[in-house]
Amino acid sequence: MGLLDTISGIEIAESHRPWPRVLVSGEGWQQAIDQLSAGRFALLGLWADPPTIHMGLFNGADGDAAIVSYACKSGKFPSVGAHHAPAIRLERAINDLFGLEALNATDTRPWLDLGFWNVRYPLGEKAAVRKQVPYKFLPAEGEGLHQIPVGPVHAGIIEPGHFRFSANGEYVVRLEQRLGWVHKGIESLMEGAPLEQAAKLAARTSGDSTVAYAFAFALAAEAAMQLKVPLRASYLRALMAELERLANHFGDIGAICNDASFSLMQAQCAILRERTLRAAEAGFGHRLMMDVIVPGGVSRDIAPRGLAEAAALVATVRSVFPKLVELYDNTASLQDRTVTTGIVKPELAMQFGAGGFVGRASGRAFDARRALAYAPYNELSFEVPVLDAGDVNARVWLRIREVEQSLLLIRQILAAMPSGDIRVPIAATRSCEGVAVTEAFRGDVLVWLKFDSKGQVARCHLRDASWFQWPLLEAAIEGNIVADFPLCNKSFNCSYSGHDL
Amino acid sequence: MRKSLFEGLIHGALTERPPALDEMALAELATKVERVARVKLGRSLSIRQVDAGSCNGCELEIHALNNAFYDLERFGLRFVASPRHADVLMVTGPVTRNMREALERTYGATPDPKWVVAVGSCAANGGIFAESYAVEGGVKDVIPVDLHIAGCPPSPTDLLKGLLALLEHLDR
Repeated sequence: MGLLDTISGIEIAESHRPWPRVLVSGEGWQQAIDQLSAGRFALLGLWADPPTIHMGLFNGADGDAAIVSYACKSGKFPSVGAHHAPAIRLERAINDLFGLEALNATDTRPWLDLGFWNVRYPLGEKAAVRKQVPYKFLPAEGEGLHQIPVGPVHAGIIEPGHFRFSANGEYVVRLEQRLGWVHKGIESLMEGAPLEQAAKLAARTSGDSTVAYAFAFALAAEAAMQLKVPLRASYLRALMAELERLANHFGDIGAICNDASFSLMQAQCAILRERTLRAAEAGFGHRLMMDVIVPGGVSRDIAPRGLAEAAALVATVRSVFPKLVELYDNTASLQDRTVTTGIVKPELAMQFGAGGFVGRASGRAFDARRALAYAPYNELSFEVPVLDAGDVNARVWLRIREVEQSLLLIRQILAAMPSGDIRVPIAATRSCEGVAVTEAFRGDVLVWLKFDSKGQVARCHLRDASWFQWPLLEAAIEGNIVADFPLCNKSFNCSYSGHDL
Repeated sequence: MRKSLFEGLIHGALTERPPALDEMALAELATKVERVARVKLGRSLSIRQVDAGSCNGCELEIHALNNAFYDLERFGLRFVASPRHADVLMVTGPVTRNMREALERTYGATPDPKWVVAVGSCAANGGIFAESYAVEGGVKDVIPVDLHIAGCPPSPTDLLKGLLALLEHLDR
């Protein structure tokens, strides 16, 4: 319990698993904030369960995680964001959804509430609708600066978001994001939902990471209910998670190159992506493998030919992918676009606790499969590639290295696939809480889950890796030219839906 | 690079035969598409995709239409960057309250004649998100819809069937 030694708690929540959750007073809350701002802990999440605010903490030094909870006094809590910037947007979202206010916050503008809802504070004490006021973008002052507003509807088949560029000629002086457009109210739909329905909602938080979300949701539910999942189910879950990672990495590598006008890579990578999705469909009956992972195990066993299809996919990728890597590496005009473009400084990646390729391409060696190892990854051998250049090129190379690791993992999983049951029945559940983190292709997904006395979901919080990556994109683009923004953006490939919830 | 391009010449194409037309889509379209428009546009349609609140699952499969296996452009269908260049709006997701105005303005910016294709279960009626305070409902609750393509998400083959039915109908 190294992490909690530095924080004075009042009492430990009894039914919270697997990490400890401790209720703190103002003093303990401040100690946690101090540890964050000193860089000793990383913020895993900040969410509300009125009247309580929960803060997820991770200590990289000993791989320890815990949750610190503060009971708001008349709807207010001391701001974390005022001392630790990564919490700012989370606090703004908490205020929009719950009406709980961060005291002395530096930024009190709304975040998810864009002024179109019929209700204010939909998850808290509901209030009259907020008056539409023009959103105040942060200023950028200087001679000859101009603004370029982009979105929410973008050119291309992508999700909606608004970007406000302040540019000096071609150079970006400041980028400010405004998100929340695809806010669907997932956390409110979770309240009172039966377990099965809640798992479906979790699986539709961000479609590209549906396996990772369903995985995290299932692990959190199983932790709360103290369920042990059959080994075969656990291996099938990892097989799906790695197939999902492969499919997305292929898509990303191709799309990044395409944004540098090198469409040959896009065409080749799209073929590999399609082959991966077809292997997924052959094995699990759904191209994105939606709703296969459920609390208690998996909803269906892999089809008889699924294992052979997965093995064939690995063989195909092994013969084709190295040639594409060589092509990427030897195309000077492509490298000219990606090398030294959109650099994320290692200090920032560390401060924001950035996960996924964004963090690992900037020296932060965090991968939930290793740092917060969950079954079956604790039994599998793999490397966590880390680079430190932090540019678009590093984020491409990181994906390339991760593709190689995923292939190794799939081979191990196929070779060791245990036989036996794939699901255990869910026993009646009563007032308990669970938390889990899984590694989606873009980074760590956190799910916190609380069951009420009837076994229904009382509260569920889903935190996408994008929360701590989006702000870094604002930093990465500074000083780059506007025309490189699509390239930088694609190299991050943050989720809009996963962030907006 | 020359090597890969050369390999492309000697290997057979990956592109697959088009799927059979979707009968249900044909029936839905039969009542809606006008003859005048058919004459004007022939068999070539420009599609603008709009995400009005989707989980991004549908976008992934729409993207897949461009890969070598489905090769959408061989049918005269292509994705364009602006609604001003589009004949078809392909809308995904439940329409969130936050996106309603943006969708209406995109529809307004698309020149006539135009068609709206609602893609996915959420676009039909809000799907799993229908009851939320943050969701308006399906696409038809905000703008007129000509064709629904069902699925969560619909596979590229399902998408192709629907779009080919639209083309076929224009052609008749």
